Amino acid sequence: MTQRRIHDIAHARAGDKGNTSNVSVWVYDPNDYPLLKRQLTAERIARAFPKLFTGPVTRYEMDGLHGLNFVMLDALEGGVNTSLNLDSHGKSFSYLILGLPIEA
Amino acid sequence: MQTDTIRLGCGAGFSSDRLGPAIDLAQRGALDYLVFECIGERTMAFGHRDRMLDPNRGYNPQLRARMRGVLAHCHANGTKIVTNMGVANPRAAALLVIEIARELGLHGMKVACVEGDDVSHLIGPDTAFMDHPGTVADVGLRMVGANVYLGVEALLPALESGADVVIAGRIADPSLFLSPLVHRFGWKLDDWTALGRGTLAGHLMECGMQITGGYFADPGFKDVPRLADCGFPIAEVAADGSFIIGKLDGTGGCVTPATVKEQLLYEVHDPRSYLTPDVAADFSGVSVTEVGRDRVRLAGADGHKRPDQLKVTVGFDGGFLGEGGVSYAGPNAKARALLAADVVRERLTRINRLGGDLRVDLIGLNALHQTAEQPVGDANDVRVHVALRSTDRDDIDTMLWEVESLLCCGPAGGGGYRGQVVPCVVTHSCLIDRSAVSPSFELFVA
Repeated sequence: MTQRRIHDIAHARAGDKGNTSNVSVWVYDPNDYPLLKRQLTAERIARAFPKLFTGPVTRYEMDGLHGLNFVMLDALEGGVNTSLNLDSHGKSFSYLILGLPIEA
Repeated sequence: MQTDTIRLGCGAGFSSDRLGPAIDLAQRGALDYLVFECIGERTMAFGHRDRMLDPNRGYNPQLRARMRGVLAHCHANGTKIVTNMGVANPRAAALLVIEIARELGLHGMKVACVEGDDVSHLIGPDTAFMDHPGTVADVGLRMVGANVYLGVEALLPALESGADVVIAGRIADPSLFLSPLVHRFGWKLDDWTALGRGTLAGHLMECGMQITGGYFADPGFKDVPRLADCGFPIAEVAADGSFIIGKLDGTGGCVTPATVKEQLLYEVHDPRSYLTPDVAADFSGVSVTEVGRDRVRLAGADGHKRPDQLKVTVGFDGGFLGEGGVSYAGPNAKARALLAADVVRERLTRINRLGGDLRVDLIGLNALHQTAEQPVGDANDVRVHVALRSTDRDDIDTMLWEVESLLCCGPAGGGGYRGQVVPCVVTHSCLIDRSAVSPSFELFVA
């Protein structure tokens, strides 16, 4: 059996402001929200991509709507105007997080 | 004037947004206001560059096409236009709109330009940044402009003057939508709850199709019907600040709780405190309810006292960004591409001793997420992509030359060289006191 990923239970969107990236993650089924909240912590994201997310990671919880918002400071390799990454906005960071494995 | 609901449409969510769906909204939307949001941190700085090259430019490059497309429809339907397409030159933009109105025979059309966001005179070498260590002098690049985010207070007098088109420069994106609501509903400028609710409407609308199915589709997981024909959004806002997001019948895309939730926190940090010049909006208690097909109702936003200081974006001339690439495909493509990357990096740094920021990516293997150190698989089609940023144009040209020469002087079977050079800007932010800013407007008649 293949490893389940967050992508299997949730959707996400990335935004950028200067050198700060935010990714909001929303479960499709509210029953999966406790699982997401337990496993997708700010510490886990910081630990998963230490070279990319060089600043602190903060998590905000939207319990009423079953979503989590992650804010990553110093995460955009300088930001849209100075990063040499093809994706200088970090638009694809939502899928970086959705690619993390999740245990049932 | 008190109205039951106000219909706001978004005709652009960024500088290069699509035109056809905006014309569709102007024609069939029965809108009170059509808003075009067209400034980003980069486009603002590019506007300043354009204006330096030609004092009559510096506004949104698509302004002419957009106005030619929607102006007559808006006039016929009683729809007013609010936009930041003035970018670095709202006055020239307003005069262009007047010219187009006359061409279209819309005599008597009133166009207001709003100015006062250009605060270059308040920024000096010692100005400290809020998002970056150091001062303006520490950047070591030529400043091209500095613009403060203005809010409702800047747009309100222009709306009250009866302008059919209000054209400004740097306005906080949600404020473009909040201003007509304050104007028509008579909300007080310290009614933080109402301003918080209107700001939520503006925040959700300001990226256009990002709430109607754009930036959303993920086939098999999040399917979007007829994305090619995706429509721009409409907000039907009630006097209590609650509203329904929808779109025109017959357009593609979708408005669902999922599209709305993703956009709710787009570029938001703390959902309890989304700062604009008008209010500290609180989205933490928002309810999202599907009330019909492609119709989602939002209520429960709140707000707190607005910040005392205003955010300023300072733009600098960042030189040039050069990008060039060569591709490898078929058996052993990955190994040939990796070799090409090593060879070109060595030629650029050891042999040519190039300065500036250099990056080499392998598109198809691990480009966008290279820094995240994702596991790299195999691929049959890999592109070596080289990027260099420098204030020295000669270095950029040298880099492109070396990348192109991989065709004859690199690994086997390399093809498809392309290269381009674009001007660069660097932006940083600082804060200034609200009292230092004095926006004004001027009305022109076609």
